[in-house]
Amino acid sequence: MSDRRESRYVPVIQPGHTFASVTDKISSIVLSRRTPRFWVVGFGIGFALTLGMLYAIGVLFFRGIGVWGVNQPVGWGFAIVNFVWWIGIGHAGTLISAILLLLRQEWRTSINRFAEAMTLFAVAQAGLYPILHLGRPWLAYWLLPYPNTMALWPQWRSPLVWDVFAVSTYATVSLLFWYVGLIPDLATLRDRARKKTAQIIYGMLAMGWRGSAMHWHRYEMAYLLLAGIATPLVVSVHTVVSFDFTIGIIPGWHSTIFPPYFVAGAIYGGFAMVLTIAIPLRSLYHLEDFVTLRHLRNMAKILLATGLIVGYGYMIEIFMSWYSGSPYEKYMTWNRMTGPYWPAFWGLMLCNIVTPQFLWFRAIRSSPLGLWIIALIVNVGMWLERFVIVVTSLHRDFLPSSWGMYFPTKFDWMTYVGTIGFFVALFFLFIRFLPMISIFEMRTLVPEAELAPADAERKEQ
Amino acid sequence: MSAENARQPDSPAPPERPPLYGLVAEFESPQDLIDAARRAREQGYQKMDAYTPYPIHELTQALALPRTKLPILVFIGGALGAGTALLMQWFATVVHYPINVGGRPLASWPSYIPITFELTVLFAAGATVLGMLGLNGLPMPYHPIFNAPRFALASRDRFFLCIEAKDPMFELEKTSRFLATLGARVVSEVDE
Amino acid sequence: MNKDKQLLPTYERPQYWRSLEELRGPGLVTERDSAAALADAAGLDRRELVKYLGVSFAMAGLTACTRQPTEKIVPYVRQPEEIIPGKPLFFATAMSLSGYATGLLVESHMGRPTKAEGNPLHPASLGATDAFSQAALYDLYDPDRSQSITFLDEIRAWPAFLSAIRVALEKARTKKGDGLHILTETVGSPTLGAQLLALLRDLPGARWHQWEPNNRDRVWAGAAAAFGQPVETILRVDRADVILSLDADFLACGPGHLRSVREFSARRRPRDRQKFNRLYAVESTPSVTGACADHRLPLRAWDVEAFARSVAGLVGAGSAAQAPSDFAKAVAEDLKSHRGKSLVIAGDDQPAPVQALAHAINAALGNVGQTLITTDPVPVRTESQIDSLRQLVGDMDKGLVDTLIILGGNPTFTAPADVPFAHALEKVGLRIHLGTHQDETSAHCHWHVPEAHFLESWSDARAFDGTASIVQPLIAPLYRGKTPHEILAALSDQPERTSHEIVRDYWRDKLSGDFESAWRQALHDGVIAGTAFSPKALAVWKSAPPSNASAATPETAAGSLEIRFRPDPTIYDGRFANNGWLQELPKPISKLTWDNAVMLAPQTAKRLALTNEDVVKLEYRGRSIEAPVWIQPGHVEDAATLHFGYGRTRAGQLGTRIGSNANALRTADAPAGDRGLQITKTGRTYSLATTQQHDVMEGRALVRSATLEEFERQPKFAHEIVEEPESDLTMYSSFPRQEYAWAMAIDLNACTGCNACVVACQAENNIPFVGKDQVSRGRAMHWLRVDRYYSGSPDNPTTHHQPLPCMQCENAPCELVCPVGATVHSAEGLNDMVYNRCVGTRYCGNNCPYKVRHFNFYHYSTKFRAPSMRMLANPDVTVRWRGVMEKCTYCVQRINEAKITAEKQDRRVRDGEIVTACQQACPAEAIVFGDLADSESRVVRRKASPTNYSLLGELGTRPRTTYLAEVGNPNPALAAAESKRS
Repeated sequence: MSDRRESRYVPVIQPGHTFASVTDKISSIVLSRRTPRFWVVGFGIGFALTLGMLYAIGVLFFRGIGVWGVNQPVGWGFAIVNFVWWIGIGHAGTLISAILLLLRQEWRTSINRFAEAMTLFAVAQAGLYPILHLGRPWLAYWLLPYPNTMALWPQWRSPLVWDVFAVSTYATVSLLFWYVGLIPDLATLRDRARKKTAQIIYGMLAMGWRGSAMHWHRYEMAYLLLAGIATPLVVSVHTVVSFDFTIGIIPGWHSTIFPPYFVAGAIYGGFAMVLTIAIPLRSLYHLEDFVTLRHLRNMAKILLATGLIVGYGYMIEIFMSWYSGSPYEKYMTWNRMTGPYWPAFWGLMLCNIVTPQFLWFRAIRSSPLGLWIIALIVNVGMWLERFVIVVTSLHRDFLPSSWGMYFPTKFDWMTYVGTIGFFVALFFLFIRFLPMISIFEMRTLVPEAELAPADAERKEQ
Repeated sequence: MSAENARQPDSPAPPERPPLYGLVAEFESPQDLIDAARRAREQGYQKMDAYTPYPIHELTQALALPRTKLPILVFIGGALGAGTALLMQWFATVVHYPINVGGRPLASWPSYIPITFELTVLFAAGATVLGMLGLNGLPMPYHPIFNAPRFALASRDRFFLCIEAKDPMFELEKTSRFLATLGARVVSEVDE
Repeated sequence: MNKDKQLLPTYERPQYWRSLEELRGPGLVTERDSAAALADAAGLDRRELVKYLGVSFAMAGLTACTRQPTEKIVPYVRQPEEIIPGKPLFFATAMSLSGYATGLLVESHMGRPTKAEGNPLHPASLGATDAFSQAALYDLYDPDRSQSITFLDEIRAWPAFLSAIRVALEKARTKKGDGLHILTETVGSPTLGAQLLALLRDLPGARWHQWEPNNRDRVWAGAAAAFGQPVETILRVDRADVILSLDADFLACGPGHLRSVREFSARRRPRDRQKFNRLYAVESTPSVTGACADHRLPLRAWDVEAFARSVAGLVGAGSAAQAPSDFAKAVAEDLKSHRGKSLVIAGDDQPAPVQALAHAINAALGNVGQTLITTDPVPVRTESQIDSLRQLVGDMDKGLVDTLIILGGNPTFTAPADVPFAHALEKVGLRIHLGTHQDETSAHCHWHVPEAHFLESWSDARAFDGTASIVQPLIAPLYRGKTPHEILAALSDQPERTSHEIVRDYWRDKLSGDFESAWRQALHDGVIAGTAFSPKALAVWKSAPPSNASAATPETAAGSLEIRFRPDPTIYDGRFANNGWLQELPKPISKLTWDNAVMLAPQTAKRLALTNEDVVKLEYRGRSIEAPVWIQPGHVEDAATLHFGYGRTRAGQLGTRIGSNANALRTADAPAGDRGLQITKTGRTYSLATTQQHDVMEGRALVRSATLEEFERQPKFAHEIVEEPESDLTMYSSFPRQEYAWAMAIDLNACTGCNACVVACQAENNIPFVGKDQVSRGRAMHWLRVDRYYSGSPDNPTTHHQPLPCMQCENAPCELVCPVGATVHSAEGLNDMVYNRCVGTRYCGNNCPYKVRHFNFYHYSTKFRAPSMRMLANPDVTVRWRGVMEKCTYCVQRINEAKITAEKQDRRVRDGEIVTACQQACPAEAIVFGDLADSESRVVRRKASPTNYSLLGELGTRPRTTYLAEVGNPNPALAAAESKRS
């Protein structure tokens, strides 16, 4: 009910916009000569953190994995926590572009482009960790099937190999999806660019797109098919990531609830990150016309829904550990709640279950600042979730004699913060050089695009 | 308007003028374009194409565009991916290097499924994008339509209809006059 | 250390000055100065000195003309001529510790010793070894060994030393030997003893002192009190039904402890109940013995005497004590009902009266001659070492000692705090130190001579029962080290005799039959037949000795604790301080590594408001040191234990300045400690590295145990605790079994937790040690670890030990998750680790429920980079690289060796032909390895036992390594009160 009322009050694009105005406003962000100061600052920070990460990685490669906090029994620490966190974040983009497209949610139009970009950059960060966390990273390619005479194949039963395929497929498909969506806009930029170099570069990227009706026809079909393919992919990726844990026999890992609630968690964390980015972006670049309250509210609702699913996941996990009757499972849960890592567990409950409940209130859904804070908290919560799953499960498993503690070192932190910086830097480059909102799709939303009823009818036939 | 484009018979023919590609009419609104396209078809023109800043489904009927073969390509791609994955895993674990891993059977098909799925998706997606570009003949560095004046607006807010010279019914004078009657803002000749 | 001080001549200074330096006073030490000093020291003027030097140099020169005689050593199994590259040879030799020998077979690859095993023919070994003899190899290759003869830290040649010692000797001769003192550790070598006695005969004025911190003074005194003369008491644990240990750790240390363990555990097989023995342990510090006991009574060392008295009274040895405790009553009853088949053992640390009491009780019970055999003492001399050291220090202090020759040992470090050895040493004119390292003592000596490791030297030694072995070298001295024999020879009239000649000459007339063949046989067997001492029938008075005076001394200041000094369980008296293997070896009970700590009872710690790693100030008899606290469950209250051996200041790269020096508190009159310790908290903390952070089983059925009664009522109790999926309960068709199916069974009832297997595994498999920091980060590399759990109240818990190698699961969780197939299953059921395929995801380690996989977080194997350490590595085992996972392989190199041999002889591998390193070392025979496919094999028979169970079997991992549950034999009378297996 309320949804319809809201949508009546707040359209997905402010009135008064035309083909021309939409085109000019969005493309000018890229083509205008001057770079805003906040861009320089933001990019600078991101770049500095990236350099820190490179240093940490250098030390890691030179001295060995021992510079991290990992040990026996906790063989996986920050690296895998961050890997899963980033992959989760990387889910919203493709989800928005694909699933919402299939569901004909036209409000997706103004956010899908940068959501997809976010996906790509998040997956790029995630992709770093599995390589870094190897004892011998220079042999990472041994996880790939490559022709050799020594019958050396990956071990297909290992979830880590599934990961390699899932993540690389996801990265590739997301990239294709993003690029295909960009082609018509690149053509626009090509045609509107003043500078020769810009014309040449955008021209090459646009691949000679000329907006021919036949091309549009195939283009739309392709886009639809991609969406159809990407949708199950999004679901599969985090399912496979959750296999890393569920295939293991460690109490706290070996659980059938993981795949669904990992996916929900991924969407949850992903939308939180979209909000985290969208809210400052729309005010910095004055895009309130395109990214309207309607968008924020809808995303808030998705956040609430997925948050509730995730909460259900936690509850079931706790219930099952009791219901299983296994002393190891029971102890695991008890240890999470009361053991040395209790702050992580309760912090996670606070961030991921309590915080989103505020989204029941329209007032909070409609306040960008409130939403932004909640989104940030959820981001933290999702990171804590992965920390709890990885560390608290490992540090006390079956034999008390081998129990231990995990403490991250400064190199763990530098790498983690570094990837955040790297992500930010990439994103700033993106908004400077590519249209952050899909121009051609926005054109379809302006009143000018309305056709005479006759055609509308003919369309129905 | 069209008069200025019409050739003066007494003027000396300019040397080496490239052959004509066709006539391009520029329209203000999508509705005009759709109507024009429909009228042109009723006139019997076949070799036409429309250029728009965003996809307009109505043009599909108006220009009677053919169904695209893309879905078949995608299906083939997906099937290929699934086959490759299953074959690769089965060959590796059963034929090429059979060894006991964790007491599981050599052909533990359940653990093949994730990779099979991923490769299916990967190949299908590849087929989609490459297929689309291929059928569209992209990338295409040069196309005559770009010689049309103000064609840059085709990626902003203008709608173009082009009747190509190789159309059997194409006659410069007649066709340009016809286009002018469709409410085109400008009708201009485009060279190859 | 101030050089010119020690250079002061020992007689009045010259009136005139010879150089500006001298006028200015002592300055830089120059060549001339030291020569002059030497002259002064020797009491000669420089002309004379030069004359002697000339003569001795000439003599030294002559030796170059003579061809060195060939010294034949004999391989254990094959002729040395047929050395095949890659084929190891085994040589019998013996390692002595504190005068008692353990026979060893040392594996030699192409002439370099790589692994020590026990010698089955040797009475003190029976094929087993302890941690020390396993780690001895490390000492041989220790890069920090002293490598050259030095005079005042300047390198000298052997002839130069010879001349110096001749000079000293000449001077001594003039005084019939007065002023010549020799300090050794406990001498068990007959040859060395003979040499020393000969020297004393030659120079009646000369003195021979013995000192080592872990001496047996109190044992000899006690024996003398009981039997009228110091005698060796040999335990016949195999004949004892009931054993009472009075603060004796006879299963972990002391003469013949390996044999005691073998005999003890042989009588703890639940199936023959009649033979099942019972052990009562009364002790202050939790020990391996206490952990094995059916009943353990924590008692302050001080109160042990009272307890012994009451038991003595109850068994009719001496006057009945007033109000004996229930425990004492029950024990006494049990002992009385097993006359002649019981055994009471007093700890070496217990004062003479307790020793005597133990003898009296044994006598009263008719055990003497049955479970307790008396023979002549094994050490050449048994007079009190502490008196001997006191006397030496006294003489040095009075300036009566011109020349002191220290043969081995490190008295400067080990001397009791109230015996100012180091200070007095400065007053000795000429100080000579023979030692393996440039240690605290050599720092105070003029001459330091590198001592040859026992694997480099010829010598001989006696086992606890007197059986003599020839110590034969496996390798020429790496650094031209010298043996004590050669130093003493230098004092004799034939200075150039080699130890080979010396030892042979000693035995020449003692071996029966043709000498050469007998000698050859002795070398071959590692023991000299018929050299065991014959039992002595001695009259022993059956009544307890009168209470000694000290017992009457009043309790010291209130709130004061008793402090207990014990040799460290892993680095002994400090001689192994630079041994990486032993430093990183978890202490059997506390699981600490790389440090010692003040052990306190949980209650006591609570009372003093102390927690683990608090640094406390220990004040005792006017001296004080600081040490971190370790709360030790089962430790007796109001007492503290501090192991001595740590706090070395000149041990080497590894052992220097770690731990706290208990010798700074130890006093001569109470070397084992006494009451009167004050503990004050400093507020600082010091991190200790332990390999096990959690001590209880959290109610999980990991170590399964029952009493003998429970076992008889319910033999399969170990299975009924947790239901285990049947092996056919699977959807998969199991893989076809090949010719062999390797498996292991570990008898928890036999295991004492002595850790010998851990070092054996480390030595066999080139396992690096990682250092304290890495251990505290949980990165210790031991493939085989011994888990220790407590059950019951922390004040006197039951201690369970569980050796944990790789379980070699048939459905291995680790294999399933490796993305590159670096760990896969062999056809014979081994869970193989392919190092060069491993990329280091550590997923296998995470997914291993037993956490037996260990990861090279750094390039730990660089420890093998030092050239000498490279020689230590076992050539049959890969040295692992950084970033690679590693784990127990069931010693696959030994398996393959045996399979190749069997294949060549076209037969199956015989049962017992393959022995894993841990199994070979184990004195308790707790570990049995073998072939499941061979229905006759020992391992199959063991696994057939009703108490056999697999750890975490409910996970369906189907481990090939299984355990035999613990079965205890508590005394029903006491079981009601407190039962070990509660």
